[in-house]
Amino acid sequence: MSLSRWLHDARPMPGAPGLRCVDVDVTAWRDFAQDSAAAGGRLLALWGTAAGTVHMIALVPDAALVATARADHTAAAFPGIEDVFPAASRMQRAMRDMVGIETTDADGRPWLRHAAWGPDVRPLAHCELPAAVPQPVDDYRFVRVDGDGVHEIAVGPVHAGIIEPGHFRFSVVGEKVLRLEERLGYVHKGIERRFTELPIREGHRLAARVSGDSAVAFSWAYCQALEGMTDTRIPARAAWLRGLALELERAANHLGDLGALGNDAGFAFGLSQFLRLKEGLLRATARALGQRYLNDYVVPGGVRADLSGEGAVTLEQCAVSLVLEIRRLREIYEEHAGVRDRFVGAGTVTPELAARLGLVGLAGRASGQAFDLRSDMPCEPYAALKPRKSGCGDGDVLARVAVRFDEALESLRLVRAMIAQVPTAELVATTVTEPTDGSHGIGLIEGWRGPVAIALEAGPGGTVRRCHPHDPSWNNWPVLEHAIIGNIVPDFPLINKSFNLSYSGHDL
Amino acid sequence: MSGLAWFTQLLEVLAAISLAPLFLGWVNQCRAWLQNRRAPSLLLPYRGIRKLFHKDAVLAEGASPLFRAAPYVVFGAMVAAAAIIPSMGTGLPFTTAADAIALVGLFATARVFMSLAAMDIGTAFGTLGARREMMVGFLAEPALLIVIFVASLLSATTALPLIAERLATQAPALYPSLAFTAVAFTMVLLAENARIPVDNPATHLELTMIHEAMLLEYSARHLALMEWAAALKLFNYACIGFALFVPWGASTGEPDPAALLLSMPVLVGKLAVAGVWLALLETVSAKLRVFRAPEFLATAFMFAVLGLLVHLLLGA
Repeated sequence: MSLSRWLHDARPMPGAPGLRCVDVDVTAWRDFAQDSAAAGGRLLALWGTAAGTVHMIALVPDAALVATARADHTAAAFPGIEDVFPAASRMQRAMRDMVGIETTDADGRPWLRHAAWGPDVRPLAHCELPAAVPQPVDDYRFVRVDGDGVHEIAVGPVHAGIIEPGHFRFSVVGEKVLRLEERLGYVHKGIERRFTELPIREGHRLAARVSGDSAVAFSWAYCQALEGMTDTRIPARAAWLRGLALELERAANHLGDLGALGNDAGFAFGLSQFLRLKEGLLRATARALGQRYLNDYVVPGGVRADLSGEGAVTLEQCAVSLVLEIRRLREIYEEHAGVRDRFVGAGTVTPELAARLGLVGLAGRASGQAFDLRSDMPCEPYAALKPRKSGCGDGDVLARVAVRFDEALESLRLVRAMIAQVPTAELVATTVTEPTDGSHGIGLIEGWRGPVAIALEAGPGGTVRRCHPHDPSWNNWPVLEHAIIGNIVPDFPLINKSFNLSYSGHDL
Repeated sequence: MSGLAWFTQLLEVLAAISLAPLFLGWVNQCRAWLQNRRAPSLLLPYRGIRKLFHKDAVLAEGASPLFRAAPYVVFGAMVAAAAIIPSMGTGLPFTTAADAIALVGLFATARVFMSLAAMDIGTAFGTLGARREMMVGFLAEPALLIVIFVASLLSATTALPLIAERLATQAPALYPSLAFTAVAFTMVLLAENARIPVDNPATHLELTMIHEAMLLEYSARHLALMEWAAALKLFNYACIGFALFVPWGASTGEPDPAALLLSMPVLVGKLAVAGVWLALLETVSAKLRVFRAPEFLATAFMFAVLGLLVHLLLGA
């Protein structure tokens, strides 16, 4: 059997371009996963609903296949696909925590549930949540590594710096890391449940806050899903301004990360220089679009504010000078022996490992996984812009730094191209009607970290029945555990920063 | 021993204790400027110490008396070291009590107590930091000893004030051996004082720390003493460097009030230049991988030995 069988049955789905959906019988669930994997596809997201359905998005060549199966059609546990797509394991564990669908996954430990609610409470399946009662601290069993001289280092969730909380359990011999196990979920905020309490036409505001550094990507994905479900055609100018906002967000994040990577290598000069550049970009963004950070800039039907002529000039000038400064700093990073020595060969993820584990986004492109929604499944305006796909096959910190440099420069090129070519239109937003009860839509946007997905299901009267935001961190967190193996403990912060994954977007 | 000699002795110790945080503040200020940042106040280290002294100390569960005693021992060792380093005058009464080898011993004592205290509370980070500190220490100490031996051979004494005095009063001559040892000394200074490229005093990444990792469980007055002791150590190292390589300007020979008075601005000037130099070194380098630190210190040792060989072979 091959993927063509599923593609034949698949129907178009509202939302992102290239979306196809297919109903899969429970018994064929694993076949679908295996066929997708065999065709070179990768798992993007997997989630369940309180109604007993399980969904997955598989990114296969030229399409995003959304498979849906009914978990209540089987008496036994739902078939797990963690052996086909290793990234599925945590999503399956989270699915059990949130809606109570058991899978055959051998890892029975909770993932997002942290003793904050009772072991039998399923936050997305209950109409009324029981009153919070203090729970005994759960006994989470980390995998132990035995051997002569092996000891554990427990780090977090409270760290010495002001960063998001996550727990890392290292098994080390001396300074060498034998195994790393992550435990996340400390910033679980009940976002998926909160979505169901909001009118569907206001959900984009919550989506923008799923992971603050990807505000444009998440809110655009939400709006894309919603507009697909209601057959709304947004004004051309609005689509281009969304693209502009997304590239500005990408460039700003890359600049911040490049500085932080220098700082983590003890090169504080890099941090102050890149923070200066990032600040310049944020100010130009504020002049052009009215906001430093673009929370709520993307609204259903279009964008919130138009690009003024004066703002466009400011932004254009900023982009031109940034390119020169970034090139100069790139030379310094590349020629500085000490910085280079820290970056080269640290946290290597080979292309083979990246393909097997399903590494996505920026980190994936640094490990030879040349997939970018902007080029491979472009929505407006990317089809016209033809962004150049960056890539590198080395998979170490240096490669991820190089991809960041390439993408920051490419984003600035796109920003200039969009300022020059943005279509004129009177409207930057149209009104969106309420979607019909039970309609589904999925938005897919390439955020700075990787592909961001929002799966939206409408309820009656303009409500949300289920909204599942998916951050690419879900796919990449497990790969970090592999990237650190064989490296030394003090290199972990640098390797971790080179991925810079989201806790908030993952913990929901 | 005259009253003025004792006055010089007391003055040097008090100056070290009171000026050490200022020197640290100056280095931090230079670093900030070199990184295009607005610099913090020169007095920030003093404010930090004062703030910590006003707080209530919290002790880790299961901390032994050693953990509480270590800050006093470490601080005491640094004050004792300051007493035998000729920062302003060389006619120090303590000269006969302890020589430069004892000085290295004092630093080692402080290190041992700090590492034991870090392991005492049994956290992963304390042990991690102590382990790394010992790795740096056992490589840095021999290099420092050889540096001192070269200067001792040049001046035929192991007492630091006498070394400084003889180097300062000898007919001006270029010593290639001292040039090599100066490089070695600078590298040891960076490693021993938890500066970049071996350690990063500004880091908040607990997994990469060396010195900071050992202090994570300290609070209030204990932490204040530890931080003050770290500033004092940096000050002491700078003054050792002055004594060995730029001894001119210190009051030499018989105690003389005028010379002592003159030596004060000279010391401040030397410290100002040293601070700029240190900040510059730290700004242009990145932090080494931990396992490169032995290579770094082996290089320092090699430079020190080169200095020794140059002296033995060339007599210079």
